[in-house]
Amino acid sequence: MDVLSQLAHGFEIALTPLNLGLALAGAFLGTLIGALPGIGPVNGVAILIPIAYALKLPPESALILLAGVYYGAEYGGRISSILLNVPGDAGAVITTLDGYPMAQKGKAGEALALSALASFIGGTLAVIGLTLFAPLLAEWAIRFGPAEYFALMVFAFTTLSSLAGRNPAKALAASVFGLMLATVGLDPGSGLPRFTFGQLKLYDGVDFLIVAIGLFAISEVLVLMEKSHLGEAARMRVETTLVPLKTFLASLWSILRGAVIGFFIGVLPGAGASIASAVAYTTEKRLVDREGSFGQGDPRGVAAPEAANNAAAGGAMVPMLTLGVPGSGTTAVLLGALMMFNVTPGPLIFKERPEVVWGLIASMYIGNLMLLVLNLPLVGLFARILTIPRWFLIPAIAGLSFVGVYAVNNSAFDLLFMTGIGVWGYLMRKFGFPLAPMILGLVLGRLMEVNLRRALAISGGDWEILFASPIAQVLWVLALVSLLFPWLVGRFARAR
Amino acid sequence: MRRLFWIGLLALGFAASSSAGAFSPGNVECIAPANPGGGWDFTCRTVGKLLYDLKLVPRPVKVTNMPGGGGGVAFAHVVTKRKGDANLLVAASPATTLRLAQGKYGHFTENDVRWLAALGADFGVIAVRADAPWKTLDDLIADLKKDPGKIAFGGGSAVGGQDHMKVLLLAKAAGIDPKKIKYVPFSGGGEALTSLLGGFVQVFPGDASETIEQMKAGKIRILAVLSEERLEALPDVPTAWELGYDAVWAVWRGFYMPPGVPDDAYDWWVATMKKVADSPEWAEIRAGRGLAPFFKGGAEFEAFIKQQVKDFRELSRSLGLIK
Repeated sequence: MDVLSQLAHGFEIALTPLNLGLALAGAFLGTLIGALPGIGPVNGVAILIPIAYALKLPPESALILLAGVYYGAEYGGRISSILLNVPGDAGAVITTLDGYPMAQKGKAGEALALSALASFIGGTLAVIGLTLFAPLLAEWAIRFGPAEYFALMVFAFTTLSSLAGRNPAKALAASVFGLMLATVGLDPGSGLPRFTFGQLKLYDGVDFLIVAIGLFAISEVLVLMEKSHLGEAARMRVETTLVPLKTFLASLWSILRGAVIGFFIGVLPGAGASIASAVAYTTEKRLVDREGSFGQGDPRGVAAPEAANNAAAGGAMVPMLTLGVPGSGTTAVLLGALMMFNVTPGPLIFKERPEVVWGLIASMYIGNLMLLVLNLPLVGLFARILTIPRWFLIPAIAGLSFVGVYAVNNSAFDLLFMTGIGVWGYLMRKFGFPLAPMILGLVLGRLMEVNLRRALAISGGDWEILFASPIAQVLWVLALVSLLFPWLVGRFARAR
Repeated sequence: MRRLFWIGLLALGFAASSSAGAFSPGNVECIAPANPGGGWDFTCRTVGKLLYDLKLVPRPVKVTNMPGGGGGVAFAHVVTKRKGDANLLVAASPATTLRLAQGKYGHFTENDVRWLAALGADFGVIAVRADAPWKTLDDLIADLKKDPGKIAFGGGSAVGGQDHMKVLLLAKAAGIDPKKIKYVPFSGGGEALTSLLGGFVQVFPGDASETIEQMKAGKIRILAVLSEERLEALPDVPTAWELGYDAVWAVWRGFYMPPGVPDDAYDWWVATMKKVADSPEWAEIRAGRGLAPFFKGGAEFEAFIKQQVKDFRELSRSLGLIK
């Protein structure tokens, strides 16, 4: 009951008019920031820190504003994913897989509304998990060492095979492109540059988001141009109706599973929203996609990753608040902001500054509700973006992508790189290679490599460390099951 | 028309003469050569905020994040594209000088920019989990001498980076072959600390600011601080120096400016940074962040940097990190 009285105190803080207004402002700004490709939650929060200062807000109010931007951005990222096939931020890449086909079928309104509901459920479940189990989860998170992370990444990689579709060889090739890109940059073991061609800008490796925007947005622009040139550009049918109850109920289990997966992966400091949404999506595809409708605009394929990336944002707050260790890039910025407000994050923050912690947690409940209320009426407006004529839409997508990517690092090199990747993505599409495995190969490849090398550095080269702990063993079994799953299902079906 | 032109010229002349000799700042920009959330970002944002709060600059300082190459991208940008820009500050720390010393910024060197000032310093620490068998630094060193392969150091920087150098420096001071030390690089102090708490690595060579809260919560034990004098925030923790190990690691936080900044502007900035460093507002932020007082500016700072790069270069060479 202690938790409940603390939470009640938190609501007292969060429900003051100032903090309510800030939560709303944060949620709204976050949605916009998330919807713009390139600029994601990390930059959004960083941009708002000086404003929070200038307003001379008390620390809990500042944190409420900044956290509002964080989960608002996780909501907003889906909008451009669904409508334009342009992921708004890293966690929304997977949403393009079924969101965009839904919009193409004229169900843009449905996809937007369903994903808003999924985001709300995912976000809210994560806050409930955070409220009740934060200290317990922190104990769980620190049990993940390099070997466990490596096993987790291998598991995530095996789920990728479900994205293969009709041509597994092409999907495999696409994920190898991603793995190859992941080797660019400083070697994590020795610190020596690999495949950087003397370019300092490549030392930190290839930026995931730049590749995602190039691969999806720029190639989309090229495809659209080709279509309009060939006169194929039919005017799109847009329905702005909200979700039929039947669709929502059919997706409910996908949402719940996505939320749970997303939350647990979000809690781990070494994984994030992009991995969470990918694992949630591929798990759903395995479990419920009997007709092969995933990738063709299946509502469940939108619901699961959206629930997961919002739950991951909530999960990332767990290590931040309990251990004082960031669970994601954005929580690292939030931690920095806290310190500037003279709140020292760390294991004692629950005791020393309860008003900050519980005010924040309570505001997350409120903020999620606000985001839902804010997003549902806007669905019709957003969906109407699709009725914009092509001659305006194509340059607008290109312009937004360029501005967004430039805003992140202020680097013209990134723009050239993104364009190159875009042309590559166009060729991949033309030759029938799926894009998503390449993106995930890039994300997973890097994490797999650093964690494998860390594990082997700890053990002095002994491979047994990879299978030593129970957590790692469970993950290896899951990976094996995931790999054999199609075969097992086949056998099961025949036996019946 | 002609008269208007002369009046205009006259006005310009007055404007120029009134500002000649005394530099006055315009739209000041601070480049943090990394993503938001790190130490350089902190330096830019807090000092930038103070500059405006203390009314030392007319408008809020714009912070630009320019990540890449461990600060190399920003360094190259400043040297090649921002020559003479007297309204530009760039956040720096020993991570900058260490990479310069190891030749990680391409052909650029410490002589390519104007070093402005350092305003505070964090110090390296040697931390272990609260339930670790080592109660003192001597215990740890004794075990390391017996079997260096049994103890894994997990730090937040890459091989050859700051956290790695702290360990190598300590090993060298204790007479242990630095090549036998087992170092595991993590992406950031937070991940390394989590791995220490999880028991995957045994020692975390982090900074005081990252570890004080964890020590207060009883999760870790700080065996030694890598400073010459004990820290205000950790009065009971001995320094490696007083235990007889010559290993000091000061993580100063400061700035450099582009090459070709005129002397009057440079001098104005040195004096301004001194004002910031002496302000009670900075003292409060500094203490909150676990930084010790540490001011060096102008010529003194330039000399300090050149010496540090020289020392780092020799050290890296002797440890086999560079040829």
